[in-house]
Amino acid sequence: MEWPFFIIFGLGMLISSLLVITRRNVVHAALYLLLTLFCAAALYVMLEAEFLAAIQVLIYAGAIMMLYVFVIMLINVRESMAERQWQRQKVAAGVIGALLAAEFFVILIKGIWVPSAKTAEAAKAALNAYGGNTEAFGVTLYTEFLFPFEVVSLLLLAAMIGAIVIAKREI
Amino acid sequence: MVPGEYYLALAGLVFVIGGIGVLTRRNVIMILMSIELMLNAVNLTFIAFAKMHGNMMGQMFVIFVITVAAVEAAVGLALIISLNRRKATLNVDEINILKW
Repeated sequence: MEWPFFIIFGLGMLISSLLVITRRNVVHAALYLLLTLFCAAALYVMLEAEFLAAIQVLIYAGAIMMLYVFVIMLINVRESMAERQWQRQKVAAGVIGALLAAEFFVILIKGIWVPSAKTAEAAKAALNAYGGNTEAFGVTLYTEFLFPFEVVSLLLLAAMIGAIVIAKREI
Repeated sequence: MVPGEYYLALAGLVFVIGGIGVLTRRNVIMILMSIELMLNAVNLTFIAFAKMHGNMMGQMFVIFVITVAAVEAAVGLALIISLNRRKATLNVDEINILKW
């Protein structure tokens, strides 16, 4: 039953990411990126990470893409869309991309991805003890990852101040 | 049941597509959006591994990656706005004052 959904959202993510990098119109590319993010959120739900799917839709598709669209609206993109869009090194970039994809393929084929059954079961049992993805997420975030959580809040403060100062007309 | 390797393959493909987008586009905003594609591919990889190993670490990393992506998008777009005031271009090849 999962296969049709995986094919739909996986193909949706692949095709819209291809469309993101090939559009001439920047607004169209931003909208296709939004579609990619929604397909990714659907894939997160299928991987039993429902909290992260909600966070992805709220923050990534909601706030970050809104920021992109606002900036596209603020600066005039019309002249940039009439120029040549692609760099001269697209053949070299294509070769490097194909090499990277081949390397991923080789690692996927040759790798052993199934962990030992005992550790996987113990980890799954510890996870289900919390009663759901959000609860497990909350417990882990505020006990094991408390210090990164506080550091990230400091990072957000620095980014907020930095973005305001950088984009001001006169300091 | 979809095996986890298919999610990894999909994430690898999206990562390569984002990488090609970074390397070949001239528009600064297109480059930033390709970086977001790469970050999303990495998020999908983390969550696939979290499911495959039954571990919570992968999902923890994803929340921090999303936060840092938001931070980087905000600062990068502020830089673009500030740069656009000086020279009204969105072409990365024309931003070359520091070139020797």
